[in-house]
Amino acid sequence: MLTVRRFFATLGPGVLWLTVFLIVPALVMLGYSFLTRTDLAQVGAPWTLESWQRVFGYDALFQEWTGDNVRVLWRSVWVATLSTALCMLMGYPLAFYIARQDARRKNLLLLLLIIPFWTNFLIRVYAWILILRPFDLVPSLTATLLGMVYAFVPFFVLPVYSSVEKIDWRLLEAADDLGAPPVRAFLSAVFPQTLPGLVAGILLTFIPALGTFVVSDILGGAKTALVGNLIQNQFGQAGDWPYGSALSFLLMGAVLLGLWAYARVAGQKGLEELV
Amino acid sequence: MMRRTHPALSAWAWLVYAFLYLPIIVLVVFSFNDSRFGATWAGFTTKWYGVLFARADVREALAHTLEIALISTLVSTVLGTLVGLGLWRYTLRFRTALTGLLVLPIVVPDVVMGVSLLMFYSFVRQGLERAGWTFDNGFWTVLLAHVTFQISYVALTVRSRLAGYGPELEEAARDLGASGWESFRRVVLPLAMPGVLAGALLAFTLSLDDFVVTYFTSGSGFSTLPVLIYTNVKRGVTPDINALSALLVLVTVVAIVAANALLRPRRDA
Repeated sequence: MLTVRRFFATLGPGVLWLTVFLIVPALVMLGYSFLTRTDLAQVGAPWTLESWQRVFGYDALFQEWTGDNVRVLWRSVWVATLSTALCMLMGYPLAFYIARQDARRKNLLLLLLIIPFWTNFLIRVYAWILILRPFDLVPSLTATLLGMVYAFVPFFVLPVYSSVEKIDWRLLEAADDLGAPPVRAFLSAVFPQTLPGLVAGILLTFIPALGTFVVSDILGGAKTALVGNLIQNQFGQAGDWPYGSALSFLLMGAVLLGLWAYARVAGQKGLEELV
Repeated sequence: MMRRTHPALSAWAWLVYAFLYLPIIVLVVFSFNDSRFGATWAGFTTKWYGVLFARADVREALAHTLEIALISTLVSTVLGTLVGLGLWRYTLRFRTALTGLLVLPIVVPDVVMGVSLLMFYSFVRQGLERAGWTFDNGFWTVLLAHVTFQISYVALTVRSRLAGYGPELEEAARDLGASGWESFRRVVLPLAMPGVLAGALLAFTLSLDDFVVTYFTSGSGFSTLPVLIYTNVKRGVTPDINALSALLVLVTVVAIVAANALLRPRRDA
């Protein structure tokens, strides 16, 4: 039984903090998305749906549906998907390689993986300017994609690795003994066991890739803006907080929807293991 | 059981590692490059480190970064540990909602968290101004924001550390005559301690590393190292920023290797 007194002695302060600094700001943001921009970074009456119409492609200036912003959203989803796929291509085999070394080497390889992962994100992205500039690749969408794959590969490898660690290899031997060709044996005896890690890796790569503005800002340039850049711009130069709020809410909604779907499949435990 | 790895798999793994280290190596090399424009090699120099140490804004940003990281880690470790203990100790009706609340700061994109706090602060500031108060301090807004994203990481680390133990441990201590505080201090806390320390370490690093949330919540006139690096990078590549980055890489490597050596389970002699 949890009494009020005990609640405030343990969970209370933290829950209160998160309510004030997480839930209330989200509600303020929701409120702002229905207001009108009155001046630079100022909001006020009247209440309107205009920002939400713009999010879905309505051009307020020309009063028609042009779909400009939908193109940015589409590009963001596409870039996030592509970078996740590339992370998978690089990271999935790597997780197997690490998991199959002896303990000492495994430890060293994990350490080597964690060092870039814990090195300041901005520095890692910035370093690519030095490499790509001589090839005239900054700014470009290719550079953005490369920067994302680089930044998010460790997010992919670590959860897959912990799945590979738990694999029951006897199943592979059994498949082998039963005469399955290697590819078939892998697909039916090993691959399914890595699914929890694979799904976690995909989420942990796709979500930051969808939300980032730093990588595309530093390596991408104006023509390759993603939804994160669009949001940043509304809180910077454009100074249109209602529109920025609506975009942020859309992004947050998409992420939460994805997680909700994941939690439905993987359950409460899966959600807790993800983080 | 050991299995041999296919040569193609080894080759692939080393390629990925090369990819991961290429930018870091380039960064360190170019921080010693005697050229104003980094792309070509013009001889070895350490002058950029001198330029860097002479910069007052870098020293100030470093001080801000450390202050924010230390204080926010302290606050979030206390709050997060209590939440982690609560999650472990009680069977809760609203467990799913609570897990959701804790997962939120981890999964919501930083840009969303940053801008919602920016608007929240502006909203509060307007209210305070109407009441005759002024509130315009980047230190506090950044500090509060950092604690907010750190709490979850600490809470979940502590909870997963305690997951293997049942609440009977605490009951046993109580049966043996320990008071609530004694059983907490002498039984529960020592068990949770590795989780608390790991959570605090994680919180500290997250704070040091954070750019996005700090960028949106700091206002003008207050910056941390990541924010300073960003504004410098936006103006164009400068070699002293290479030097700063190389130093930060060095600090990271030393910290991780040290943490790894400390946390590794001791082998019996």
